[in-house]
Amino acid sequence: MKILGTGSALPKKVVKNDDLAAFLDTNDEWISTRTGIRERRVLSDETLQSLAERAGKAALENAGVAPEEIDYVLVTTVQAETMSPALACDIQNAIGLKCMGMDINGGCTGFIAALAVAEGLIASGRAKKILIVSAEALSRFADWTDRSTCVLFGDAAGAAVVGEGEGIKDIRFASEPRRDVLCASTPPGNSPFAVDPAPAQYLKMQGQEVYKFAVSHSFRDIREMLAYHDLQPEDIDFYVLHQANMRILEAVRTRLKVDEGCFPHNIERTGNTSSATIPVLLDELNRAGKLKPGCRVILNAFGAGLCTGTAYLEL
Amino acid sequence: MDNVFEKIVETIVDAKGIDAASVKPESTFKDLNVDSLDIAEMVMTLEDEFGITIELEEGIATVQDLVNLINERIAG
Repeated sequence: MKILGTGSALPKKVVKNDDLAAFLDTNDEWISTRTGIRERRVLSDETLQSLAERAGKAALENAGVAPEEIDYVLVTTVQAETMSPALACDIQNAIGLKCMGMDINGGCTGFIAALAVAEGLIASGRAKKILIVSAEALSRFADWTDRSTCVLFGDAAGAAVVGEGEGIKDIRFASEPRRDVLCASTPPGNSPFAVDPAPAQYLKMQGQEVYKFAVSHSFRDIREMLAYHDLQPEDIDFYVLHQANMRILEAVRTRLKVDEGCFPHNIERTGNTSSATIPVLLDELNRAGKLKPGCRVILNAFGAGLCTGTAYLEL
Repeated sequence: MDNVFEKIVETIVDAKGIDAASVKPESTFKDLNVDSLDIAEMVMTLEDEFGITIELEEGIATVQDLVNLINERIAG
């Protein structure tokens, strides 16, 4: 399987760190030194569906693939605007698709999870071309009264068209089931039979524990992937990591002992957009002409579950 | 006990490039310009050093607080 094209879409509303200081006890210096984030994009009068449609269309155009060639749409999202139908079905009319669609919730690891699902569908011969759209609206369930978490997140959609061919060499996952350090819950509904239903809860995160998990597991998973393919850290052109925190990226990079240029980042402009970070960053690299044939790329994501995903690509 | 304190001092000195003599048990991490992610990074080093797993909680304010937390884990 290989990536045929990429696309992305960001909300128009830019929220700078100083904008948050208007209603939170925080400031640009505090946020930027701890996270690397200077601004993020947040949905205001747009829908998540519209972002997903824009990103999906852009990926098809970039791939030079007609909508009718797509056999499956996989959307990754932690929470779409509807539970049913899936966002993967709702975006099809606007893009001109007519195929099976389903949503995958893999947390921040969603895009890599979708690559693995797509790989299975293509390897089995059930699909030739698949559109993956990672669309996330963390602003909808971040706790905007909690200065330690809401400053981290943004909204975005990133997309990729994948198809038959050589390119994605390997995909691996790891997990350490832990609910306490990163969780959010949906409203309980109004069933008359529910006993003590748990109320909805905005996203809660223990930053230090997530940092430890992310740094130790990313480094371990990347090192194992490299060893399996008989590669050294410096053999990789780009490490495209989940954009959660600049400090995490730097901690993994210094452990791998590779140059800053190998660790592209856009977190300073986007914040953490969950499963959308990797396809959005891939699209930026692609459109900047940096993803050249022969390039070796590692994708690595970590997040709610807790789980991690790592992919090795040769373009 | 002394060993844990010395290792923490060494870790802070490595991470922040400050004078070891300025790190006292009663020093607050805030005064040492050590933020929450610096503490998480240090704890990863200390976990490896002492072969323990530490779940970080709120309220680690001073170097002594961290010494106590690590000693509890080593003992327990």
